[in-house]
Amino acid sequence: MTYVIASLRSRRGNLNQPPNLRLLLEDSQRHEDNKMTYIPISPKERDAMLETIGVKSLDDLFNAVPSKHRFPMLNLPPALTEMEAMEELSGLAQANENVRTDLVSFLGAGMYNHYIPSVVDHILRRGEFYTAYTPYQPEISQGTLQAIFEYQSLMCALTGMDVSNASHYDGATATAEAVNLAYAQFRGKRKKVLISPTVHPQYRAVVRTYAQGMDLELAGNNENADLDSNPDELVNLVDDNTSLVIVQYPDFFGRVYDYTKLIEATHAKGALVCVVANPTALAMFKTPGSMGADVVVGDGQPLGIPMWYGGPSVGFFTTRKNMVHKMAGRLVGETIDNKGQRAYVLTLTAREQHIKRERATSNICTNQGLIALGTAVYLSLLGKAGLRQVANLCYQKAHYAAAELSKLNGMGLCFTEPFFHEFALCVGRPVEEVNSHLLEHGIIGGYDLGQDYPALKDHMLIAVTEMNSKEDIDMLVEVMSEVAND
Amino acid sequence: MTDTVMEPKVATSPKIVEPTIFDLSSPGRIGVTMPASDVPETALPPQELLRSELPLPELAEVDVVRHYMHLSKFNYSVDSGYYPLGSCTMKYNPKINEDTARLPGFLFTHPLQPIETVQGNLALTFTLQEWLKEIGGFAAVTLQPAAGAHGEFTGVLIMRAYHKSRGDAKRTKMLIPDAAHGTNPASVGMMGMTVVTIPSDERGNVDLKALEAACDDTVVGMMLTNPNTLGLFDEHIEKVIELVHGCGGLMYGDGANLNALLGIVRPGDLGFDLMHFNLHKTFSVPHGGGGPGVGPVGVASHLADFLPEPLVGIVEESEDEGPLYGYIQPAKSIGRMKAFNGHFGGGFVRSFTYIAMHGPDGLKDISQYAVLNANYLLAKLRSTYHVPYDRICMHEFVAEGRFAGSDVRALDIAKRLMDYNFHPPTNYFPLIVHEALMIEPTETENKDTLDAFVEALVKIAEESKTQPELLHNAPSTTQFGRMDEVKAARELVLCCWLPEGYDLDQ
Repeated sequence: MTYVIASLRSRRGNLNQPPNLRLLLEDSQRHEDNKMTYIPISPKERDAMLETIGVKSLDDLFNAVPSKHRFPMLNLPPALTEMEAMEELSGLAQANENVRTDLVSFLGAGMYNHYIPSVVDHILRRGEFYTAYTPYQPEISQGTLQAIFEYQSLMCALTGMDVSNASHYDGATATAEAVNLAYAQFRGKRKKVLISPTVHPQYRAVVRTYAQGMDLELAGNNENADLDSNPDELVNLVDDNTSLVIVQYPDFFGRVYDYTKLIEATHAKGALVCVVANPTALAMFKTPGSMGADVVVGDGQPLGIPMWYGGPSVGFFTTRKNMVHKMAGRLVGETIDNKGQRAYVLTLTAREQHIKRERATSNICTNQGLIALGTAVYLSLLGKAGLRQVANLCYQKAHYAAAELSKLNGMGLCFTEPFFHEFALCVGRPVEEVNSHLLEHGIIGGYDLGQDYPALKDHMLIAVTEMNSKEDIDMLVEVMSEVAND
Repeated sequence: MTDTVMEPKVATSPKIVEPTIFDLSSPGRIGVTMPASDVPETALPPQELLRSELPLPELAEVDVVRHYMHLSKFNYSVDSGYYPLGSCTMKYNPKINEDTARLPGFLFTHPLQPIETVQGNLALTFTLQEWLKEIGGFAAVTLQPAAGAHGEFTGVLIMRAYHKSRGDAKRTKMLIPDAAHGTNPASVGMMGMTVVTIPSDERGNVDLKALEAACDDTVVGMMLTNPNTLGLFDEHIEKVIELVHGCGGLMYGDGANLNALLGIVRPGDLGFDLMHFNLHKTFSVPHGGGGPGVGPVGVASHLADFLPEPLVGIVEESEDEGPLYGYIQPAKSIGRMKAFNGHFGGGFVRSFTYIAMHGPDGLKDISQYAVLNANYLLAKLRSTYHVPYDRICMHEFVAEGRFAGSDVRALDIAKRLMDYNFHPPTNYFPLIVHEALMIEPTETENKDTLDAFVEALVKIAEESKTQPELLHNAPSTTQFGRMDEVKAARELVLCCWLPEGYDLDQ
């Protein structure tokens, strides 16, 4: 394998010199005998160990491997030293334009640029947390166990629900697991799931993927549907065969609806409701729990987790206590130890794959433990007042941006419903065109809604958070006005 | 060492070692203050849309830091000691990974940014795909799956889609050895397929007769961990694959044990059609107290079109400027497995750093020394602990944690090891060994540690005869003792806080 790549296209020509990346270049100067390893065994110790085992060489340990395929020469670049690796990775990172120092961003659509207080990462860098395994041995894992228990508690407080699991991979997979829960709740007898077209397109895509093997009909998942219609009307599609209705809060276009009536009407037809919620919005708006939701899921990334080009984030999953046995994923419960101390253990493990195997509620094993810890630290630190401040800043700045942008010639808000920190803006021309003009001015514009919704061609979804100053917003408006008057 | 275990107290007044974050809350304390708004004020939405209470804790920064520092001290971790947890590959995670993963260019890039602004991320992702293809011997790799079980689910979806695309609708049976991880059958269960369990023979290999009998035209494929969960490389692996392929099935590899095979053999060369990798086991993504992991899936060329969308590829070649990396859609994709681009920052960047620093020779060293360490332990322990499938092992082996004439169980041995300041091995898995103790030392332990571990296990074996109560009551030197798991499951206290006046039983 060769990496004959002359240079990395970087920063749209903003850099004078593209980074010189050894791993991407075939570099005759590299030391072929570099061998950086983390193996703490000396040759002398190795030989003594081989003697104890009773073999002559390391290679002799692999006689069970078919000789024809044994010891392939891997065509990989030779090893880098730590210093070289740091240089290499820095070069790759610098070939990106990031939204803190290089660009101003108004992109959200499921992942948001929020401020992360220093404490969060200081805690996540504790080796005691990040180099521990799943807490299967509770006597020596109480740090992780209590932290997850507190995470569960914080998620219940935020969503207004009774119980939370220890996490799923992300918001999309948590949504798919809600489908599994509803399927199990009705023992597979209700075979229809209704998903609103205003749920995140990628979340709907993941639900479709997960449902492939199940005997399940997905309804409502129509991007040509009337996006202006009141979500209460979804209940008309609920029938005796429906197990679950999925809506998003705020919806993909940032709109905030009170789903109380929809939930009541859906319950009257015997089905459950899952609300996919943005956790920052929950600091301001009434909880899905208080509306009567059966399951509340979402992505915890806005709670102190970097965007990290898409992950890892964390999927939160909360439900009612009476459905806890149907819920997938790990669960921490309170107990006492044999010294009479309050302590925590993984509980109801009989639902899980290592016990139930093919009859488990889900195959989930590894989850997002460390990221869940990060959100717990963030929520502990911001607390009641801080999270409200963040939500209010998002709300205020988004509304300022919306008001200013909708004054521009030929531009306007697509919807009139209350919104939180995201809104759909009609820009009156191809979004791609607008965004490339914005990028020339160092601005990342909104998400192109026409990609997913044919009716919203020429519309972009703009997200504004506490990270966007008035100056940023005014600059966006000014550059957009150039487009509008072009 | 004296026995300090006390009788359980009445449940009503447990001693609190560290209060919860809610217990510590005091109204009016502030941890972080956000800047004032710099835009003209907009009225809030109608009151009926707003929440009245936000019942989060109120603490100062120092309160939060001390709380989590206290909690961290209750954890055993790889950074603090030896963690021979079989099947989990608890190796040391190089510290440079923590720094590279946090470079601002990685931390602060949005997954939906224009590709021209994230060429560094895309080049890294593309290169890691290429490296894993080379290491595993596959034609294509997706990095999207979030964990091993997620990779398995991806793999089973691909197998289903492959047969379906050939109009082969009658295949519903998945063959899984009795030694398999629970996630294998659970992944199949999610698809409504049936599991056929294949027994192991007396040498710990797949029982070829049983396999042959199960192979027919209803077989989707076989999910095999090799080396298996006994730590043994299947001596008839080529025959096993031939039988599965012979009946039209696909061969799936569970890559949980890949730490034994780097530069030793490529599963793709053996004939595996697809396999998931665990970047959090083999390629030094830290386990994080339960995640996040990364579970890439490698496939042979006939399955490449079915991979999840999107993959990273070269979308434009240019002599002058170098390639333009971007997203490509496999022709018959099973769809999307998760939102956005996989575990890029915390996963891909760490593993990329790790592989780059090892190169082909360093990767081979990893596996050779992981296998050396396991065989050294096996050689030193087999006279004290019965090893039912005893031959040269790969990166781990399974011993029985029981002794003739003693009521000491594997659980007691595991707990007693804590008193010697070791993390216990995996116990009660695989299910085919009585009182299993599954020991995986990894390549990052030195001989002194291994010798001390052997000494502790030999001493525990003696204690099981002379002072069995020491084992039954262990651990006695740790802050926390054995847990009342029945109480946890019966009372189901899953949350330390409930809204005031909220009735759980409503």
